[in-house]
Amino acid sequence: MKASEKTGGIIGWKDLELGCALIEPGTSKGFKTGDWRSQRPVTDKEKCIRCGLCWILCPDMAYRPTEDGFFDSDGNYCKGCGICARECPTDAIAMIREE
Amino acid sequence: MGVRVAMEVSIAAAEAAKLADVDVIAAYPITPQTHIVEHLAELVADGELDAEYVPVESEHSALSACIGSSAAGARTFTATCAQGLALMHEILFIASALRTPIVMMVVNRALSAPINIWNDHSDIMAERDCGWIQTFAENGQEVFDLTLHAFRVAEDHRVLLPIMVNLDGFILSHMIEPIDIPEKEEVRRYLPEFKPAMRLDPDRPISMGPVGIPEVYTEAKKQLDEALVASKGPIIQAWDEFGKIFGRHYKPVETYRCEDAEVLLLTMGSISETAMTAVDIMREKGVSVGLIRLRLWRPFPLDELRAAVKGADTLAVVDRAVSTGGPGGPVCSEVRSALFGLPNRPKVLGFIAGLGGRDVTLEMFEEMVNQSIEYAKEGKEQFYELVGVREL
Repeated sequence: MKASEKTGGIIGWKDLELGCALIEPGTSKGFKTGDWRSQRPVTDKEKCIRCGLCWILCPDMAYRPTEDGFFDSDGNYCKGCGICARECPTDAIAMIREE
Repeated sequence: MGVRVAMEVSIAAAEAAKLADVDVIAAYPITPQTHIVEHLAELVADGELDAEYVPVESEHSALSACIGSSAAGARTFTATCAQGLALMHEILFIASALRTPIVMMVVNRALSAPINIWNDHSDIMAERDCGWIQTFAENGQEVFDLTLHAFRVAEDHRVLLPIMVNLDGFILSHMIEPIDIPEKEEVRRYLPEFKPAMRLDPDRPISMGPVGIPEVYTEAKKQLDEALVASKGPIIQAWDEFGKIFGRHYKPVETYRCEDAEVLLLTMGSISETAMTAVDIMREKGVSVGLIRLRLWRPFPLDELRAAVKGADTLAVVDRAVSTGGPGGPVCSEVRSALFGLPNRPKVLGFIAGLGGRDVTLEMFEEMVNQSIEYAKEGKEQFYELVGVREL
């Protein structure tokens, strides 16, 4: 068992890779960056025309296509910038304050 | 057996890089470093050295290109001085933090302003905390030898750090001295092929230089500090090995006529040869004086320095740079700090001499020693003074 697994990803200096390098690709997926968000997008599926603009325009690639053709935003990465809500052609996305 | 040839010291540095079979040189010419990179450019252009010579548009780019080439697994060399080193400033810290084993000659020159192309140590002292190993050469042969040593140490998998080899601008870099140039086979025996511990490879992608959030930055700094401190062992080992193969022996701290000396001078770089002559003259006159020279500056040779000053009453540290507004010249401040709390430590006196190309003469060393003896009698430990400054 690696030290990082025991400590939930927090490691000491002895376990850092040489020069703090990342030795496997795609690790930013595991880095949850959305916790400081003050508002989150909520899509009204009645109004949504499934055009995918929110998915295309999201600067953090927080949107994912779902099986039924809609798009969900992932709270682990969404920063609440509101670009999706502003650009939605049918005003289907509302920005809700995080409690 | 190699050959002994009379050669400009800058050319000797370039020849050492050639014998080390460097793969990439990225450099920007600046006086008094120019002859080193000019000669390497010629060697590459003439087909005598199979290397990539990257003529960049600035020193910032030079070191950035060096990091890229070293990260890709190439043996990498560059050289600079003064304003050029200052322009590299932000990249210096990145090269060490990414653990790229680059070798760089720093041809020490005064920093502007006023514009001054002559020798002192203000350029390197402004970069002492950048995480590189730093050595100082005294003469031409040592420049050549420390260059080969630098590659061996930098690329050692226990080290993997960039190294600066410092040589004094003009008063050393432009001298013509007899240099023993070894056979290529001997150099190969000393310096194995560069095997990178980690490298940029499209088939095995890695990221070098990612963001380090507060949760990891402290640990990253600790890793680098530990690596630099621990590099002393391999540095000394590589010098021992050098002695076995080439017959010239080097240590982190050299002592000259220090046995039973009451007063010790401490110097770095090429003025140490003048200082040795001054010690001889003063010894003839019955003055109990010796000389300590720091060859290794980073990692700081703490134990070796403490051992070298043992028994002396007074230590006169000769700095070649001003720590403006600070508690003394940079070397003096560090030496004081290194001896702090040591029982029976010598009184430490700071002298700053040879700024911006002003000569440091035999008489000046005598003056500094006499002044130190007087201060010691008065029980005084001044912070620092500028030797020979005109108080008109």
